[in-house]
Amino acid sequence: MLEVSDLHAFYGESHVLHGVNLEVRQGEVVTLLGRNGAGKTTTMRSIMGIVGKRTGSIRFQGQELIGMAPHKIPRLGIGYVPEERGIFASLNVDENLTLPPVVKDGGMTVQQIYELFPNLQGRGSTQGTRLSGGEQQMLAIARILRTGATMILLDEPTEGLAPVIIEQIGVAVRKLKQRGFTVLLVEQNFRFAATIADRHYMMEEGHVVDMIPNNQLAANMEKLHTYLGV
Amino acid sequence: MSTIFGIPPQALFGQLLLGLINGSFYALLSLGLAVIFGMLNVINFAHGALYMLGAFVAWLLLTTAGIGYWWALLLAPLVVGAFGVVLEKTLLSRLYKLDHLYGLLLTFGLALIVEGAFRHFYGVSGQPYPIPDLLRGGQNLGFMFLPNYRGWVVVASLVVCLATWYAIERTKLGAYLRAATENPVLVQAFGINVPLMITATYGFGVALAGLAGVLAAPIYQVSPLMGSNLIIVVFAVVVIGGMGSILGAVLTGYGLGLLEGLTKVFYPEASNIVVFVIMAVVLLIKPAGLFGRER
Repeated sequence: MLEVSDLHAFYGESHVLHGVNLEVRQGEVVTLLGRNGAGKTTTMRSIMGIVGKRTGSIRFQGQELIGMAPHKIPRLGIGYVPEERGIFASLNVDENLTLPPVVKDGGMTVQQIYELFPNLQGRGSTQGTRLSGGEQQMLAIARILRTGATMILLDEPTEGLAPVIIEQIGVAVRKLKQRGFTVLLVEQNFRFAATIADRHYMMEEGHVVDMIPNNQLAANMEKLHTYLGV
Repeated sequence: MSTIFGIPPQALFGQLLLGLINGSFYALLSLGLAVIFGMLNVINFAHGALYMLGAFVAWLLLTTAGIGYWWALLLAPLVVGAFGVVLEKTLLSRLYKLDHLYGLLLTFGLALIVEGAFRHFYGVSGQPYPIPDLLRGGQNLGFMFLPNYRGWVVVASLVVCLATWYAIERTKLGAYLRAATENPVLVQAFGINVPLMITATYGFGVALAGLAGVLAAPIYQVSPLMGSNLIIVVFAVVVIGGMGSILGAVLTGYGLGLLEGLTKVFYPEASNIVVFVIMAVVLLIKPAGLFGRER
């Protein structure tokens, strides 16, 4: 569904990605693991076309994304949940939820979204940034589900959240998988990643250094620890 | 009871009305500036020149094509808006990655060019523009005489300001605008064409200036300098209200117009500087402006 090959990305003068190769198949949950600064977030931003400059190839359902105008990429059915969550302070919860335009049929209804994230129900007129961190994360995921996007890029959804909330997010992501969403997930918390992912890509210094299927995770623990430095 | 605070009521209400008229123009112009600044982060120094352009388009439509006030009210903002779109597409859009000061310098230069061109062709003496027939005459309200046209200007500017506020704060398009003001990159990553929104916002903001120009034509004379006379006060209004705050721009516009009128009654010597004194005080106490948020 998504094939990234020899992807290089630059912020101004600095060369951040050095030939990233990875692939995400339809219906999979795939994680990018790695230390801070390994290039995980930049990989996501490159897919969305919001880095300074990128070269190489990113194909989504056969279409080349490099060179495409940034606002056209999400319209192919890619939803982006940024690391900083990006809840708008000048919009209330309802406005935040309905902000991203519907790009394809088959998106979830607001009612289905409330079933997935009951915390958001009845909060419509609250200012977006007055929600708790966990609720803001749910809102950031929820607003993408409405759009009919079939692939979701989730950047560190568990960062800074309490274990109870992380569990809720995990339940939600598994439900999304059951609904047929394809998910590319950036995580630092590989324990969380291990509960939901099919495969893991290891990133180091701007490229992918390894791929570990989730069922071989136990056998590769030592390798994993070296990569993540934990 | 023939006086209020020792002032004849005719004089008091007359000055208040004048203040309200000035306030209407302050509000319309600072509203446009606020919308543009919020979205583009550009301090649009050309705003006064585009207001003047609006008045001149109305005057030229009348004198060369015989097209009257009501059509001008529609056509002049469209012409000015289209001119703004061209400016944004060809010049301003090249500056977004640079410091804000470059946008300010560019628009200041544009203002000088536009004003200089009109001075060259039409001189500095104003051209009269007649009040439309429908709005001639006035109403005797008992305590004062209200010229119909002035009443119309106040009502029209209030309606436009309220409609703009509603569009920005209560509609879907306004939500896009507010979101893009906060985080344009993310809004783009949701599939919204942000560069197009920016162009449209600039076009809309300067169209408001063009509209103000047409409204002003029958009151003030149509002169190449009408914009630069007004714009300095309008910038003070924007600073007092808070950069980028829609409601702040509108309320401060009317409020300062009225305050200026009152000053003319009670202490005429200070009427030209009262706005700037208030600006200085506000900057000392609340640097972000009365309604602005620190950023």
